[in-house]
Amino acid sequence: MLAFIVRRVIAAFGILLAGTFIAYVLVALSGDPLQRLREDNSPGREERIASMTERLDLDTPVPLRYVKWLGGASQCVLPFLGKCDLGQSVRGQDVSSLLGNAMTSTLQLITVATITAAIIGVMVGIITALRQYSRLDYTATLASFLFVSLPLFWFAVLLKQYIAIDLNDWLADPAVSLPTAAIVGVVSGLVWASIIGGDRRRVWTSFAGAFVVSAGGLLVLAETGWFRSPGLGPIVVAVVGLAAAVGLTALLAGFRYRNVLYAALATAVAGIVANLALDSVLFNPSWGVLFLLLLLAVGIAVGIGYAIGGMQRRQAITTSVWVTIVMGTTIVADRMLTAWDNYFEFVDGRVIATFGSETPNYDGGTWGNLLDTVTHLALPTVALILVSVATYSRYTRASMLEVMNQDYVRTARSKGLTDRTVVVRHALRNGLIPITTLMAFDLAGLIGGAVITETVFGWQGMGFMFVDALRNVDPNPAMAFFLVTGIVAVLFNMLADIAYAYLDPRIRLG
Amino acid sequence: MSTPVDPRPVASAEAEGMAIVARTQAQLVRRRFFRHRLAMASLVVFMAVLLLSFSATGIGPIPGWWKHDYTTVATVVDGGRPTLSVVPTFLGGDGVHLGEHPFGQDNKGIDYFALTMRGTQISVMIAFIVGTLGSFIGVLIGAAAGFFRGWTETILMRFTDIIIIMPLLAICAVIANQAGNAGPFWLAVVISLFTWTGLARIVRGEFLSLREKEFVEAARAAGTPAWRIIRKHILPNTLGVILVSATLSLAGAVILETSLSFLGFGVKPPDTSLGRLISDYQSAFVTRPWLFIWPGVFIVTIALTVNFIGDGLRDAFDPRQNKVRS
Repeated sequence: MLAFIVRRVIAAFGILLAGTFIAYVLVALSGDPLQRLREDNSPGREERIASMTERLDLDTPVPLRYVKWLGGASQCVLPFLGKCDLGQSVRGQDVSSLLGNAMTSTLQLITVATITAAIIGVMVGIITALRQYSRLDYTATLASFLFVSLPLFWFAVLLKQYIAIDLNDWLADPAVSLPTAAIVGVVSGLVWASIIGGDRRRVWTSFAGAFVVSAGGLLVLAETGWFRSPGLGPIVVAVVGLAAAVGLTALLAGFRYRNVLYAALATAVAGIVANLALDSVLFNPSWGVLFLLLLLAVGIAVGIGYAIGGMQRRQAITTSVWVTIVMGTTIVADRMLTAWDNYFEFVDGRVIATFGSETPNYDGGTWGNLLDTVTHLALPTVALILVSVATYSRYTRASMLEVMNQDYVRTARSKGLTDRTVVVRHALRNGLIPITTLMAFDLAGLIGGAVITETVFGWQGMGFMFVDALRNVDPNPAMAFFLVTGIVAVLFNMLADIAYAYLDPRIRLG
Repeated sequence: MSTPVDPRPVASAEAEGMAIVARTQAQLVRRRFFRHRLAMASLVVFMAVLLLSFSATGIGPIPGWWKHDYTTVATVVDGGRPTLSVVPTFLGGDGVHLGEHPFGQDNKGIDYFALTMRGTQISVMIAFIVGTLGSFIGVLIGAAAGFFRGWTETILMRFTDIIIIMPLLAICAVIANQAGNAGPFWLAVVISLFTWTGLARIVRGEFLSLREKEFVEAARAAGTPAWRIIRKHILPNTLGVILVSATLSLAGAVILETSLSFLGFGVKPPDTSLGRLISDYQSAFVTRPWLFIWPGVFIVTIALTVNFIGDGLRDAFDPRQNKVRS
């Protein structure tokens, strides 16, 4: 294994070197930075050309310039070598400081998009594989074809012009009419009925249940003015926590052995108590405190699972940790929504942002800023993940179907295991292995998509910087983009290879 | 008493509609493809779009049937609103007619139908060149790497790894920025220099398994030159994979080209393309949404139908596939 990893690291290093060299040459050949100055006839032209030549080191031949650039760039990648130097832009700014700001917002976008796309895509993939050739399966297949065929830039502009503006208008005066509620109810009923499946009676029961809950819930929320000032409160947090404990136990372990259920419920109760007890801490915590609390919560969950789990210790620990994650997310959402009123007023009711990555001059503490980030991320993320969701769901579906048809799954079924055990404990483990490779592959697509999304939504990220640099014939920022994307791509490919070799023992290391 | 015996001979398989006809592999594939309803519908729609776009504005010196030109500036009528109407009069609409400017006019009064058709032509042409040339390069590199192995494989596959780590859209933007000035043809050629990586890996995989088969060994034993083994013995066996991948890459190329043109690095004026149109009229979105909607509808239609055709081909070539779905 170690030899394999070392070989992969060396290969990745070589690929990165060669890749940046090709990119450097192409960027250098893509335009002449002096062109605009040459056409300029105002006095002082010669000096400006000379200073630009010196700034961008244009007298040095391209390969040599690459070596020089690499010398500066390597200090950014390897620590303790000195000051990071990626050259200067045509306007004389230091590229490494430009990159620092741009990278944060792009990585934020890409991380959120990857996680969302993977969760949604894998879930849709598993469900459609389990309900193969159902109406839901066909709908998901058609939708994924449509998502792959939608030009991102077109869809992003449509989102911006229609969804954002309409949603904001609606949020200013949130009223739900009866027909709207009915339509939402029918759609939700259809989806849930096809997910749950079963015989006719069960289908109708699930349809009716989903219809009543969605349509009724929507109406009640609108009547009570919830959309005007949304929030969850400790009671909802408690209900979600207990529901998560029961639901996740049903999904991951079943009720045959009670220990898992008790552990999950104990974790949920601990979460509810903690949420109330830590009220003053959670009022405006710093990110460090939040992170520590999360670690503590996971630690407590593991402890509870270990103590109560008994014979089902492993399952109990897993379930408890998942309950903690669900509860943590709910608590964060709850706290974030406390900042809603303040934020709503500040942005004048235009909550869903269509431009930039943050509201200028807004500081609403930890939760207000989080809400600000979320509202700015919403639309670009939706636009960005379409293709990825389609890829993940198709891939997961195919891989799950293949695994479900294998002999060992048939063996598991024939010895009388429940459907849940067969799917969750036998099929899923092998079925999700190929997703590791897909994640690395998909990341490159997301970075390409970020170039477009950032242009449409005016994010000052790396993609925006890259497009801007290319338009202004500015080689160094463009190269910084390739350096970062190259490193990310190589790193994730390498991690995926190693993870794959680790997860799938059939892979020969050689 | 015995039941009366039917004097006629036992019904043959043929009489019961179970005739077993010997079919070649190609016939089987064709049959499966033609029975794939979604793929056939997509093929018809795709052909209709092609026919519409190429006949409306004409190709090169041959004039098209549409009365307006995509360069003629005219006065803007009724704010350039589209005159296309598809709602019949008995439903309360204006009746079914095209009108003077079915897709409306742009701010200079140019007929937008003509402009969209011209854009479709260029976009489809670029996509075709990228699809075929890119696939050709991919097959060449993948075949050489998979067949010869050793150093050839190491060098070619490392080269593929290098190209693959650069974001496709970004690296194409860098080179297309210059190549776009040389016209759409050269733009397409340059783009295809970077789109072959996926197919090269697939073809290499196919070759790696096929080169160990007995028929290849037999050909080698008979002294067949390597080039001929590749061309006559192995390549026909990978045709399905290549064809499917090439079709899907064509759909990808439409999206890639329009994205590049949207960012301003693809097709340059005076030429236009669907992406260029969207980019040009993006700012007019609020006042004249049709300038934005029509090119997008054509991009989606082309990409979607080509994807469906590719899916149909994949099902048709898959030997494990017996049932034809939807």
